[in-house]
Amino acid sequence: MSDMNTAMVEKYRSNFLKEVEANVEEGQWVKMCMQCGVCSGSCPLGPYWAHPPQEIFMMIRAGKREEVLSSDSMWMCTSCYNCIVRCPRELPITHIMHGLATYAKKLGLVPKNQPTAQFSQIFWDNMMKKGRVNELKLGLSLYFKDGFGQGIKNALANQKLGMNMMKAKRMSAAEFFGGHGVKDVAGLQKMIKKAEEIEAAKLEANK
Amino acid sequence: MADDKKFAGFICTGCGIGDRLDAKQLEMTATRDGKMQTCHTHEMLCSKEGIELIRNEIDNEGATHIMIAACSRRAKVEAFNFTDVAMTRANLREGVIWARPDTDENQETTQEMADDYIRMACAEVKFMTKPTPSGEQGLNKNILVVGGGVTGMTAALEAAAAGFDCHIVEKEGELGGWAAKWHKRIPYRAAPEGTSNSRTAHLPGPIDNDVADLIAQVEANDRITVHLNSKVTKTSGAPGRFSADITTESGSTTTENFGAIIQASGWKAFDIDSLPEYGHGNPDVVTNIELEALAREAGDGPIKRPSDGKEVKSVAFVQNAGQASEKEGYLPYHSGIGDLVAIKQAFYFKEQNGDDCDTVILFDNLRTPGAAGEDFYRAGQQRMITFTKGEVKEVTSGGNGATVKFKDRILDEDVDLDVDLVVLDTGMVPNSGPDPYAVTVALEKLPLEERDAAKEEIEKQVAEQAVSIESILNLDYRQGTDLPHLVNGFTDSHFICFPYETRRTGIYAAGPVRRPMDIKQAQDDATGAAMKAIQEAINASQGRAAHPRSGDLSYPSFRREGCTQCKRCTVECPFGAIDEDEERYPKYNEARCRRCGTCMGACPVRVISFENYSIDTVGQQIKNVDIPDEFEEKPRILVLACENDAYPALDQAAMSGQEISPWARVIPVRCLGSVSLSWITDSMNNGFDGIIMMGCQRGEDYQCHFVRGSTMAAERMRKVGDTLSTLNLEPERVIVHEVAITDIERAPRLIKDMEEVIERVGLSPFKF
Repeated sequence: MSDMNTAMVEKYRSNFLKEVEANVEEGQWVKMCMQCGVCSGSCPLGPYWAHPPQEIFMMIRAGKREEVLSSDSMWMCTSCYNCIVRCPRELPITHIMHGLATYAKKLGLVPKNQPTAQFSQIFWDNMMKKGRVNELKLGLSLYFKDGFGQGIKNALANQKLGMNMMKAKRMSAAEFFGGHGVKDVAGLQKMIKKAEEIEAAKLEANK
Repeated sequence: MADDKKFAGFICTGCGIGDRLDAKQLEMTATRDGKMQTCHTHEMLCSKEGIELIRNEIDNEGATHIMIAACSRRAKVEAFNFTDVAMTRANLREGVIWARPDTDENQETTQEMADDYIRMACAEVKFMTKPTPSGEQGLNKNILVVGGGVTGMTAALEAAAAGFDCHIVEKEGELGGWAAKWHKRIPYRAAPEGTSNSRTAHLPGPIDNDVADLIAQVEANDRITVHLNSKVTKTSGAPGRFSADITTESGSTTTENFGAIIQASGWKAFDIDSLPEYGHGNPDVVTNIELEALAREAGDGPIKRPSDGKEVKSVAFVQNAGQASEKEGYLPYHSGIGDLVAIKQAFYFKEQNGDDCDTVILFDNLRTPGAAGEDFYRAGQQRMITFTKGEVKEVTSGGNGATVKFKDRILDEDVDLDVDLVVLDTGMVPNSGPDPYAVTVALEKLPLEERDAAKEEIEKQVAEQAVSIESILNLDYRQGTDLPHLVNGFTDSHFICFPYETRRTGIYAAGPVRRPMDIKQAQDDATGAAMKAIQEAINASQGRAAHPRSGDLSYPSFRREGCTQCKRCTVECPFGAIDEDEERYPKYNEARCRRCGTCMGACPVRVISFENYSIDTVGQQIKNVDIPDEFEEKPRILVLACENDAYPALDQAAMSGQEISPWARVIPVRCLGSVSLSWITDSMNNGFDGIIMMGCQRGEDYQCHFVRGSTMAAERMRKVGDTLSTLNLEPERVIVHEVAITDIERAPRLIKDMEEVIERVGLSPFKF
């Protein structure tokens, strides 16, 4: 359990909803859910979630902190926005799901080997290097995340797709060496760093 | 008599009638068969010239009885409005030309139909007289309001504003009823239009209780007299001439006359102590009514729990306590506003005990009716009131104050919730008097064959229960002391179609005695009832009927020498209008009568009649239908159709191009309850091959405009099979159907079905 997590448990003891309101992006909307279940019914991946959105909102109100934050559910969101479009109360459900996932990550509560979480980290690291996503490297790091042997297997399985992308000029082998990026990479990194500092300070203040 | 009657017929050839039918032939039928002394044909009778033609005949030629053969009697009502003569209408448009296909091979039967309808109308009008009001009562601009709560006070203020005097009779020592005791009110105005759906939108919260202002207005109003600590100990008379004894606690009685009465006797709380699972014995488990007192006591400060005076930091609202369940001892219905009350009370805690006071509303189905309902719910959510869908099993003592054991319906798990205070949402029970029809209603729920055996036991039970129910109105009517109940003890009135209207004409129920409601709904209700009461006082003074035959001036009378004092009319009148006089003859009380004719249908010796509706007006129509002999193979089907639903359904069927059997002859009746068995036997004897009676839905979800008319008819027609077998006829020749106004495809099909029955069993042997 991270220090931040311990601190948050201490502070909000019995009121997880208040913790979500203060720390989760768009978390102030959770109280407005009226439990109609349209979001759960609309989610294309709903059947695969341990707790669909409606249930997550109810769990937050019922103070089920550990269960929610260490849940795999919000990582399952594919951002299709069906729920947002259909929510009669106009809750930004997709954003809340991402907000919860981010918060869980900050507290170190992400379930081990959660593939979406792993992918997100790889994507972020990849993008931060040059300010643009390097498709080739992103693909490779994803293939080889579970070891060399598995990586070769993955690469061979997707060989055809890769070739087609090359043909269509969606991916270039030359990207392997450096690759494209934004004009001022250092500036971007500085900017993101500052943003991270502000966020961290906010969280710290809420401790 | 014959000298001063003059019969005039008018035939319209507009709307295609003249193209489809032989107008000369119709005119001949009216004068030769129908014996009209004059008969005019006009190409558009409802036009200015057409109306002038009729008017001239009445004013200058002395016509006293007119027969108009044109469109349905439901069309052009304003144009053909001649109240100074007896009038009938033959339905040639919807009834004939629109109901039949325009082809050569159908020409003959279509013309026959039209000729028959003219014969029938001419025969009918001969037995009608112009209805004239009895003058039994004058205009009495005084209204009795029973109950001094929000409903009663609002009704009195509204009636007073319309220039009527009012007497409020209140059993307690002060005005205001329950509502005066509330800490705050549920809001009734939605957020302004255009308010966003956002979580920060400004939404309505609880509002100040303004009942004190209402009391002040009543007390300051010169037209309103208030009788506190008083009850109505006797009510007699009829609309326009009610007489009520108002007796105070000390026993002094004043008698006042009234034009109409509003019963706003309100509600009482369901006794939650009878259900031990809610743990009301624990001082920290209170009802929502008790919480209002706690909140008031606290003023603007924090609400303290009763057991030890500790400031409440957590509270659970148990919704639907003892309500909406078929379990023994529970209220079978939901009081509707309990969830609004819970939200309002949860606000008390958020506002007075602070935002960190945990408030959980354990609901089953969250219902927030009213204009502000949904916004109020959202306001509660904004304020962090927790709404949990939970099924409460038990409330026990323990933990901090009380523990609510419930099953969370969303998370599907059993939860024990410890809180400082539990608030129970208890139901509203109507303050109705004893139901005059309790025995009848209980018996009708049983199968026919069990009723006789069960009667004594049910009568005993009802009598035992009645002891504990206090009468509100103490009517001296033949049929019981109070307004009949509709369901679950709520005082009768049709929820949707005719609110306020009860089965006792001129007495209107309003407020929670009619159905559970909040202050705003009760005020709207009171206004409606006040308008109804004023309307009835005026109607009664002019001898006009109340809904649904609004404005009808005819009323029943009976031939005294023929009456056998069998009492059937006094018992079967759905409105309890008929009393018995000193000599035990029926006394009709015109102003209480709704003109349905159920008494007429009930009378075994056929002595009851209206000026314009009687055994003869229909009987003569039946006799004057031309019955072709059996070799012509043209059957005749008599359709007795309720004028409220079935008859318009047939009209609409014709309008929408449905065919109606050419053998059918449709006679509108005021209600199936008015159908006399003699019409059935007469038509059979005359050679009709089949009879269809079309009435409204009966039973618990009745649609009958006269409530019990179609039930009475069904009851009577059960015996019709015997009559048919004595005539050696097949029982399937007579059938009773429930037809709704929307049955525009079904109604013509039912006639078609009868055609098939006749084909199967053969034509009637009674054709001469």
